Amino acid sequence: MCIAIPGKITHIVNENTVTVNMGGICRSVNMDLLGGASEVMLGKHVLVHVGYAISEISEEESEETMHLLKQIAGLEDIDTFENESQ
Amino acid sequence: MNLNEEGMLIKMENGNSPSISAIPKLEKKLLERIGNSKISLRIMHVCGTHERTIAKNGLRSVLPKSIEVISGPGCPVCVTPEEDIDIAIALARSGITVATFGDMMRVPGSSESLLDSKSEGTDVRMVYSIDDAVALAEKKPELEVVFLGIGFETTVPANAASLLKNTPDNFSLLTSQKRTPPAIELLANDTEVDAFIAPGHVATIIGTKPFEPLAEKGFPVVVSGFEVRDILLGINMLQIQVEEGFSRVDNGYPRVVKQDGNLVALEMMDKAFETSDSEWRGIGRIENSGLVLRKKFEEKDAAKKYKDIYASLVKDIRKKAELKDKKCCICAAILRGKAKPPQCPNFGQTCTTHSPTGPCMISQEGMCYNWLKYSRAGGSRLA
Repeated sequence: MCIAIPGKITHIVNENTVTVNMGGICRSVNMDLLGGASEVMLGKHVLVHVGYAISEISEEESEETMHLLKQIAGLEDIDTFENESQ
Repeated sequence: MNLNEEGMLIKMENGNSPSISAIPKLEKKLLERIGNSKISLRIMHVCGTHERTIAKNGLRSVLPKSIEVISGPGCPVCVTPEEDIDIAIALARSGITVATFGDMMRVPGSSESLLDSKSEGTDVRMVYSIDDAVALAEKKPELEVVFLGIGFETTVPANAASLLKNTPDNFSLLTSQKRTPPAIELLANDTEVDAFIAPGHVATIIGTKPFEPLAEKGFPVVVSGFEVRDILLGINMLQIQVEEGFSRVDNGYPRVVKQDGNLVALEMMDKAFETSDSEWRGIGRIENSGLVLRKKFEEKDAAKKYKDIYASLVKDIRKKAELKDKKCCICAAILRGKAKPPQCPNFGQTCTTHSPTGPCMISQEGMCYNWLKYSRAGGSRLA
């Protein structure tokens, strides 16, 4: 029930709605919980739950997770979270 | 059956035993770190999506014996009480259109499910989002549409956002919404557990602070994401807390979760809903664990709007249930982390993913569903 799918914003439909590409499937997503939609959001990644974007996934924060993993696992040559599916 | 009673994978789909050599480098390194630690832990997670990652990837098979991961009440579908389903069915029988999420259709009330009711001719519809139910009400003004809004804090903001807009007069909401921290705190006192993996997408909305009272009671907490590496990282971060002699709330999912959560969503939730005591299936009434509509939105509250219509029908449904021979189900103990699915006499026998009888088998996030589905699919593959 709390599954959320990451996707990339490909189109701004109006001030509340965007189109998000989630692994090849595009659908309309409500942006109210992120303060609405605007052109600056185009190309950004968001986490989508029951038709609403609930969080932006920023590159900076992804790097923070990778830093945490590298630090704990002691690895440098690890891949990214591009394949994240949940 | 490929799982033993501890949820460990005995055999893969091809008949071989799981091999650590098949595990990607990072995950292998994290597993080594976990295995090298002297810290033994009984960890509870409270998210159905975490359980899905753990079961689907056979993580219990490759974790050392010193680490036990158990599932708490992490599935809002599983904890929705029979009474709320009964009200939704009574509304449908009264000629009202009931819309809800797909998982909710099969959850049994005291005598039947919404899907059973639909097969009897009532107008019950499956929707992906509350917005679909609002659109239906707009498109069909001749219908009275009720959205059965269930869920934890991840889902509730969408309901709030929708209500704060001008929804049509023929649309209302039947709420069975839950707050997770009070349930986790209750289980911390009630169940034998050392540490918690907190739900990543609930924390996306509420942040990490609401889990601090748990840490103050001495339980290490890590908010985790949903990849295999996120879960393994979370387990190791819990071990590190214990090694260092601390209990605090660590954020293992910073690419999505902020300390303060999603402030826009929290503000919307606060405008539309207020906390109340709430009934959890298998657990009972938990103080301040529910979210109900504020008085300002009274006319959108289906429980009040249609009370006179459904009250007598609910009585009939419950009367019928008293006569029904209920199958012995241990979902209540499973939801509390006190039993595991194979201990249930119905598991994989009369209760299966195709023909579920208990709520933990119905939802794709239920512990029984995941244990049965992924044990048969092999379950050793790492994402």
